[in-house]
Amino acid sequence: MPLPRIKPKVPRFDVAVIGAGVVGCAVARRFAREGAKVVVIEKGADILSGASKANSAILHTGFDAPPGSLELDLIRAGRAEYLDIHSALGLSIVETGALVCAWADHEAARLDSIVAQAHENGISEVRLLTGPQARQAVPGLSKALLAGVEVRGEHVIDPWSAPLAYLTEAVALGTEFRRNTEVLSGSFAGDWHLQTSQGDIHAASVVNAAGLFGDEINARLGLPVDFTIRPRKGQFVVLDKAAAVHVPKILLPVPNEITKGIVICPTAFGNVLVGPTAEEQEDRHRATVETTTLKMLKAHGERLVPPLAGIEVTAVYAGLRPGTEKKHYRVSSHPESRAIVLGGIRSTGLSAALGLAQHAVRLHAAFAQPFLKPTETPVITVPNLTETRPRDWQQPGHGELLCHCEMVTRREVEACLTSPVPPGDYGGLRRRTRAGMGRCQGFYCQGRLAEISAGHLACPLSCEGAAE
Amino acid sequence: MTVDVAIVGGGPAGVAAALELRRHGHSVILLEREAGLGGATRHCSHFPFGMREFGRIYLGAAYGKKLETEAARAGVELRYHQSVTRIGPGGQLEIANPDGLTSLKARRILIATGAREKPRSARMLPGDRPVGVITTGTLQAMIAFQHKIPFRRPLILGSELVTLSAVLTCRSHGIRPVAVIETLPRPLVRAPLSWFPGLLGIPFHTETQVLDIIGKGRVEAVRILRAGQEQVIACDGLLLTGHFTPEASLLQMSGLALCPDTAGPAIDQTGRLASGLYAAGNLLRPVETCGWAFREGRCIGQAIAADLQRGTETATVPVTHDPPLRYVVPQLLQRGMAGMQDFQLRVTRRVVGEIALELDGRAVFRLQNRWMPERRILVPIPKQAMQADHVHFSFRETL
Repeated sequence: MPLPRIKPKVPRFDVAVIGAGVVGCAVARRFAREGAKVVVIEKGADILSGASKANSAILHTGFDAPPGSLELDLIRAGRAEYLDIHSALGLSIVETGALVCAWADHEAARLDSIVAQAHENGISEVRLLTGPQARQAVPGLSKALLAGVEVRGEHVIDPWSAPLAYLTEAVALGTEFRRNTEVLSGSFAGDWHLQTSQGDIHAASVVNAAGLFGDEINARLGLPVDFTIRPRKGQFVVLDKAAAVHVPKILLPVPNEITKGIVICPTAFGNVLVGPTAEEQEDRHRATVETTTLKMLKAHGERLVPPLAGIEVTAVYAGLRPGTEKKHYRVSSHPESRAIVLGGIRSTGLSAALGLAQHAVRLHAAFAQPFLKPTETPVITVPNLTETRPRDWQQPGHGELLCHCEMVTRREVEACLTSPVPPGDYGGLRRRTRAGMGRCQGFYCQGRLAEISAGHLACPLSCEGAAE
Repeated sequence: MTVDVAIVGGGPAGVAAALELRRHGHSVILLEREAGLGGATRHCSHFPFGMREFGRIYLGAAYGKKLETEAARAGVELRYHQSVTRIGPGGQLEIANPDGLTSLKARRILIATGAREKPRSARMLPGDRPVGVITTGTLQAMIAFQHKIPFRRPLILGSELVTLSAVLTCRSHGIRPVAVIETLPRPLVRAPLSWFPGLLGIPFHTETQVLDIIGKGRVEAVRILRAGQEQVIACDGLLLTGHFTPEASLLQMSGLALCPDTAGPAIDQTGRLASGLYAAGNLLRPVETCGWAFREGRCIGQAIAADLQRGTETATVPVTHDPPLRYVVPQLLQRGMAGMQDFQLRVTRRVVGEIALELDGRAVFRLQNRWMPERRILVPIPKQAMQADHVHFSFRETL
C-alpha cells in the first residue's frame, strides 16, 4: 500500500526569530535582507513587550565595554550600522557626548584607567577634565564634582522607533510578525517544528532572541540550557522637558563591578531621565516602581545637577534586564540543530542589536546555504518623534493636535494605527506616537485616544459601549 | 497693528480679563488650544458655575457657551486650536495651529493656562503601570466629550472637593467605586461634604496608603495599607483625584522661573510676573473655584488696562513667609499700584496659631485660629504695605 503523501499543513519559514525585542527585530531585518523568509514570534501583544521597552536610550561607543569582548565588537558594529542607516529609516540621532563624573577621590583615581580602557577599545575621542572644565561643559553640575572624562560620539536615540523601523523593513521584505504567540515547545528533525499557543510553525532554523526568557526557550527547544536568566530591575524617572537645558550631555557615574550605575541623561524627546537602579529579583514578569526608589532617583538627580530641583516628574518606568550568572553576552551557535542563541543581552542591547543581527547571520552562514538576496530593498521611513527634527505639528494642514503636551497630531495617531506593524496595546501606541507620554500623562488626550484606538488595542482605554 | 493684549487660555480667568480689557476699550486676542471656552468647566458637569459673575447658574459646557457669547459680544477676537509653544522676548508669542507655525506680537501678554491634577507619575505611586490609572479630569473629559467610560469599579484616591465631583460623575454614569481612600488622617473636604461617599454606600478610609498597583494590561487590584493591615482590593481602575498643580509648562519652557511654593509664577498684586507679562487664575496656585478664577481674571484685566494707559512700572518688594505657611499670593508688591485686594495664604497642615503680617518688622495684622490646609486664608493688603521695605508673614504656633 502506498504511503499517503504528507502535505505540509503549515508554511515553512527559513528562519524563526523568537522574541520581538530590539534584538529580534534587528535579526529579522538582517535575515530578511539576506533573502530569508522570516517569522518573528512574540509572546506579548506588541514588539518591545519585555526588556527592550525600558532602557536609557543611549547609543554607546563601547568605550567602557570589556576590552576584547564579543560585546564590544557587536556594540561597535551595531553603532556603525545605525549611524549608516538611521537617516534612510527616518531615525533620529542626537550626539550629546557623555561625561563620566567622579564625585569622590576613589572615583577620580579611576578616571585614568577609564581613559586607557577607551583607548584600548579604539575610542580615541576621550579626555580628562578637571571639575571646573566639566562644569563649563555642563554648567548645572554640582560644585562637588571633582573631575570627569568627556567621551565624544556617545548618542541618544529613539529606543522604540529604531526596532519598529527594523521590523517594519523586515515586514516589507515578507517577514511575518506573529504576536500574542508563545513558543511552547520545539523539536528539530532536519527542520524545526515549533508548537506555539497559536498553532504550529515550521522553520529551517531558529534564533532565540527571547530576552528575559532566553533560558526557558532554550529548555523548550531542547537546546543546552547553559545560562540562567537573573532579572535585574531598573527603575527610571523622566523629568519634564524644562530639565533639558540643564543636562546637555549623558552624565555617567564611574562604574563599579556590578552596574554602570545611575545615569542622568537627555532623551531624544527633549526630557531628562534619571536611572536605572540595579535590583536583582526572581520575578521575570513584574517590574514595579517603588515610591521610595523613585524619590531617591529624583533626589539623586537634584544632588548632582542642582537646577533640576523643582522640575516635575513626567513619567516613571521600570524594566528588567536579562542578566545571567555571568556578565558577558551568552551567544552560541548550534549547527547540528540549526539554532542560534542570542542570550544574556543584559545591557547595551539597543547599541549592539544591529551588530548582533550581523553576527547571527554570520553564524548561520557557517551551517546553512546562503539565501537568494532580494533584488530590491524597500524604502522604509518611520515617523519622527524626536525634538531634533521637524515634527508633524509644525507642518501646515495637520488638522488637529490630539496630545498637547507632546504635540501629537490626530493624523499621526491614525497613521500609526494602520501602519504595517500597528500597536498592540496602549504602551505600543504611546511608544509609536508619544501621545500620552507628556507631563499630563493623558489628562487631555486619553479620551480622544480611547475614541480613535477603539478596537485596535489589547487593553482598550474605555469600556465597551457608551457611557450611561 | 500690534494688538493691545494677547491672552493665552480661555478658561474663566482668561475670559474675565478679556471682558474687562474690552470694557476699557483695549483690543484683545484670546488664544485657546481647545475648540471651546471654559477650561476645566467644560468637562466638569456637576458643580454649578456662574452665580457670582453672571447672576445665574450654568452646568458644565453651558458655562463655556456663556463665556463664548459674552466674549463675542464684547468684541474679543477668539482663536481656537492655538497652542502657544513659547513666550519670546518683547511680547512675542510663538504659536502652533492647524495651519502650521505662526507668531503674534502684543503690547501685553496674559497667561491663564489653569491647573491640572498631578498624574500617577508625578505622585510617584508604586506598582505596575497598567491602563486604568487616571485623574478626575481624564475621566470627566472622556465622559463629556467621547461619552465613554474608562472603568466600571475603580478605587478612588483623595478627599478633596474634586473627589466628590469624581464620585458624582461615577455614580451618574454607571461606575461603582469600590472605595474612596485618603492618605491623611482626615478628609481634605469639610463635613458634611466628607460624609458624602458614605451616604452613597461607598466605603471611605482615611490614613490609607497605596502600596502596589497590580495589573498586567489593565488594573486588576490595588494593595493598600490601612490601620497597619495590608489589604488587596480588586478593582479595574484607580482614580486619582486632586493634587492640583498649575499648568505652568509654557512659562518653564520659555525660561521663566516658577515660585517653588505654588509651582506657578511669582506675581505682584497686579498679576505681573515680568515686564509686560501677566498671569491669572489657577495658574497662580492650585487651586480655587471657577468663580474665584473669574474674579481674579477681572481684577488682573483691570490692572493690565491701567498698565496700558500708564505704561510705567515701579519697584517691587518681595512678600516672605514662615512655615507652616505654604504660600502667599501675590509673592511681590509693586509700589503704589492697584490690584488684588487680599493676600491669599494656605498652610501646609492642620495647625493652631497666630498669623501676623509684619511691615518692616512691625505687626500690622494678627489673626489667631485653627488653620486647615484645605481652606484659603485671606488677609487684606494694607495701604501702608506699599511703602514698606520688608513685607513678611510670620506664624506663631500655639499648642
